Amino acid sequence: MQVRHWGRWLSAIVVLALVAWLVESAVRAHFIDFAVVRKYQFSSLILKGLQATIVLAVLAQMTGIVLGVVFAVMRLSKNPVMSAVSSFYIWFFRGTPVLVQLFFWYNGVPLVFHRLTIAIPFTHVTLYSTPMTTFMTAFMAAFLGLALNEGAYMAEIVRAGIISVDEGQVEAASALGMTSMLTLRRIVLPQAMRVIIPPTGNEFISMLKTTSLASAITYGELLRRAGDVYSTNFEVVPLLIVASIWYLVLTSVASIGQYYIERRFARGRMRSPAETALQRVMKVMQRSPRL
Amino acid sequence: MTAMVKAEAVHKRFARLEVLRGINLEVEPGEVMVIIGPSGSGKSTFLRCINHLEKINAGRLWVDGELVGYRQSGDKIYELREREVARKRAEIGMVFQHFNLFPHMTAIENVVEAPMRVKGTPRQRAAEDGLELLERVGLADKCRAYPSQLSGGQQQRVAIARALAMEPKLMLFDEPTSALDPELVGEVLDAMRQLAHDGMTMIVVTHEMGFAREVGDDLVFMDDGVIVEQGAPRDILASPREVRTREFLSKVL
Repeated sequence: MQVRHWGRWLSAIVVLALVAWLVESAVRAHFIDFAVVRKYQFSSLILKGLQATIVLAVLAQMTGIVLGVVFAVMRLSKNPVMSAVSSFYIWFFRGTPVLVQLFFWYNGVPLVFHRLTIAIPFTHVTLYSTPMTTFMTAFMAAFLGLALNEGAYMAEIVRAGIISVDEGQVEAASALGMTSMLTLRRIVLPQAMRVIIPPTGNEFISMLKTTSLASAITYGELLRRAGDVYSTNFEVVPLLIVASIWYLVLTSVASIGQYYIERRFARGRMRSPAETALQRVMKVMQRSPRL
Repeated sequence: MTAMVKAEAVHKRFARLEVLRGINLEVEPGEVMVIIGPSGSGKSTFLRCINHLEKINAGRLWVDGELVGYRQSGDKIYELREREVARKRAEIGMVFQHFNLFPHMTAIENVVEAPMRVKGTPRQRAAEDGLELLERVGLADKCRAYPSQLSGGQQQRVAIARALAMEPKLMLFDEPTSALDPELVGEVLDAMRQLAHDGMTMIVVTHEMGFAREVGDDLVFMDDGVIVEQGAPRDILASPREVRTREFLSKVL
């Protein structure tokens, strides 16, 4: 006879009862009007917001990764100026709330700098000049704010990845006559990826949701669009649910993508690569007896 | 004929610790020099100084008639730029105790990486030469395997092929068999023996006295940062002159 786990049964029953009670009371209170949710889930305004959210998240994350690599390498540089500048950047952008940074870019910068001018220094040649309010659109401010903030977090992630690579790897590369830049690109970063990818996936999932802060500076992303709708028809809860469903879809797709990318970068580390979900399903199907 | 390696009063310090305290030696082209000694005697450090993985603090070190890591112009010595140091290193092969193969690359990718990226050898040529080198160390059939799929002995043979791919004029071996299971030592020593037979100039830091006796042209016993005794391997191993050599050999033989 196996040991009976009475505790497990009891706790499961309690938790299920609580969940049932929550769902039941929500339904009874007409908390969710599914008809309204269905009506707006694929409405063009919401889809436009969804698209804006994806564009903003992807651009900000990609820029953040590039900034992260640059600042991580600077931080690890033997040049004290490089290292200090990078430390300051990380300290500043990690230490202030993203929402404050967004307000700073959108509201603060145009107040201080009236025009954006790109010119060749010490000459009168102007390449580009525009009023700051034209340049600093809600999108630009959201993009700059999110990307620079993300860069600070990515810098620490990339740095952790780089220092996780065995020193012997750098020595072997040096002994073969590879320069430090070539070693970084070909030997260190590809191996650091194994450590960098999982937290980067988390960062991107987090970024998909953080873009909703851009609604506070009038950028028309998903939450802002949902807000636009419920401010006219007062269907607040269904539209928040519509937005939440889209956020869940985005983050779920991102998690699946993360799994496959991690698998790709584990190359050479495992004797045989882990099975993909599809391969596992196929295996179970083959194993089960024919019906 | 210029010596392949020439050391003159080479000193190396790590913080307060003096690791090398005046090393003088010469290695002729085609010669196999074996360095033995207790751990901490400075033998690995000296090897790493030869390709400038460590900077020396005093003395002079030449490889093939050129200063290592520096350039002499008149009486002055100038430190070389990173790119120039790298170019010099490319001419010296090194094999490490822990192999240090690139784990994200297959055996053949490990071998062709430096020729392609450093020397600019075309992919096709590099791949043909690489396969030939893997064949030479008996691993042509493993060319698509990742290091994690290879035994220690196989990994070290790939590492030897990787170093040879740069067509070095000098090979440095830093305890190449110390991390191996006993039954895998032989295959690596065989590859090294073959290399010595082909006329490669080699400096080998090792604890394999059999290899030293059989393959070495010259044996150096180092202790406490200095060369205690140097001579023909057969003579030193059979009848060491110095007390410290005798004590060391009595422990390892």
